[in-house]
Amino acid sequence: MKQNISFREFLIPRLIQASGYSAIVFVALIFFFLLREGLPTLSEVEWGALFSARWYPIEEYFGILPLLTGSLIITLGATLIAVPFGIGAAVYISEIAPRWMREILKPLVELLGGLPSVVLGFLGMLVLSPYLRVLLNLPTGLTALAGSLLLGGIAVPTVVSVAEDALDSVPRAYREGAWALGATRWQTIWRVTLPAAKSGALTAVMLGVGRAIGETMTVMMVTGNAPVLATSPGSFFSPVRTMTATIAAEMGEVANGSVHYHVLFFIGLTLFVISLIVNIIASSVVFRAKKRAERILS
Amino acid sequence: MTKIFSRNRYLVQRVGFALITLMALATVTPIIGVIAFILLKGGSAISWQFLSGFPFDGMRAGGILPAIVGTLYLTVGTAVFSVPLGIAAAIYLSEYAKDNQWTRLIRLAIINLAGIPSVVYGLFGLGLFVLFLKFGTSILAASLTLSIMTLPVIISTAEEALRAVPQSFRTVSISLGATRWETIRRIVLKEALPGILTGVILGLERAAGETAPILFTGAAFFLPRLPNSPFDATMALPYHLFVISTQVPEMPVQIQYGTALVLLVFVLTMNLTATVIRSRARAKRQW
Repeated sequence: MKQNISFREFLIPRLIQASGYSAIVFVALIFFFLLREGLPTLSEVEWGALFSARWYPIEEYFGILPLLTGSLIITLGATLIAVPFGIGAAVYISEIAPRWMREILKPLVELLGGLPSVVLGFLGMLVLSPYLRVLLNLPTGLTALAGSLLLGGIAVPTVVSVAEDALDSVPRAYREGAWALGATRWQTIWRVTLPAAKSGALTAVMLGVGRAIGETMTVMMVTGNAPVLATSPGSFFSPVRTMTATIAAEMGEVANGSVHYHVLFFIGLTLFVISLIVNIIASSVVFRAKKRAERILS
Repeated sequence: MTKIFSRNRYLVQRVGFALITLMALATVTPIIGVIAFILLKGGSAISWQFLSGFPFDGMRAGGILPAIVGTLYLTVGTAVFSVPLGIAAAIYLSEYAKDNQWTRLIRLAIINLAGIPSVVYGLFGLGLFVLFLKFGTSILAASLTLSIMTLPVIISTAEEALRAVPQSFRTVSISLGATRWETIRRIVLKEALPGILTGVILGLERAAGETAPILFTGAAFFLPRLPNSPFDATMALPYHLFVISTQVPEMPVQIQYGTALVLLVFVLTMNLTATVIRSRARAKRQW
């Protein structure tokens, strides 16, 4: 019995430690497999052809520029929606709302984060895009704008919870000091609390952007998927195709090991690197490092 | 100075508060709208036949049983891998890890795992589980892929719950002669259980609703039967909704809304359960 206990005391911590390190192993594995399947692209497709404006895989045109710009324009649109509304909602929940209101709003925002993206895409197809088509008199409602609107909604919960957390972490004394000096609550929010929570709010924005650029199903269903270079604001009103949607739509039909297959992995690698950069920048902003991580995730 | 004490500053405040309130409401009303809309439109499609029957006539008629069962299998499969691993990792971070470079690297890895786009997880699952390990397009490969995606949610919520247990509980337990592992298992884990459970359910909720990671790792377009081994591909609710709303021409809207409703109820039930567990635990907590 005694020996049994000491054995357990030895083995279990080792297992637990291994589990802790598994997160690093998984990131490394993901990176490795993306490299393994994606890097052959660079020898199979010329650099110039890869960064050209024509994506037409059936005839071996693998220009990823339209996909990049498609992802960028939708992310830009989503950010323009998610940031003001997300920060606004966070300010309301943390600074203005009465307690009972807060108790209602927080779970609701969490719920939005939990809605399956395919359900939002489905409603986008059936309800939002026909509505946009009629409202704006467009040939099709499946546009970058529809994608941005829905993606904005998807990114909002991330922005709200991280920003709210940042606001919560501003010491109460800051606010009290401002009030004591005669500032109104509104002035305090704008000139004291928000500036004090600036880095956290920035993190919120970064993570919202990261969330938006990686979203797949919704954009695939509502953006029309036309690989057209999006270069002007007018592109919001025409169909675009994102990197994520391209992978999701085409991976099922390519032969393993073909050039097309490698290019799709290369796009995946690009997305991976983008999300890595976004997350590393976001987490290097010094702001209650641990707490924030939990917020993003829940 | 004059600007700060301008006479209309209370007016500005009133207008500002109204604006922010409107923005917050504009953020949450669509959520209620979406849920109410799906409930309304999909409600009439729900029948026993719809829930327990197989689809036929090119999925334009019949039920969605294989998709419901498939999503259950995938959720359970995900739990099998991600729950023990996630909780163990959380125990490591909260109880064992020292504050050094390695631990920081683990945290960075977790944050990055959380940020990786879901479709990239799909690619990874295809590369590692389906092709390299030769699991094929299967429930096993899809569950493993979803597990890794769910892991960061479980780890970080579980760690938060473990850290919330007061240090004195551990000290007392150790001083009474319990070993470190006994302390963790009987005291810390027991106290943190509701919090851990909340995190687990929220993580699995996400897995249940995801489509992109299972697209090329385990999802089947159509199966005339239920999967009978972990090496079978399976239908799943989110993928099925995607298929019948984009790939099947002349699909009755009724069935689409019905499928969306079932998926939504599945996910909302999990979400609600998590919320209830959390708030009950908070109310009951004595420390």
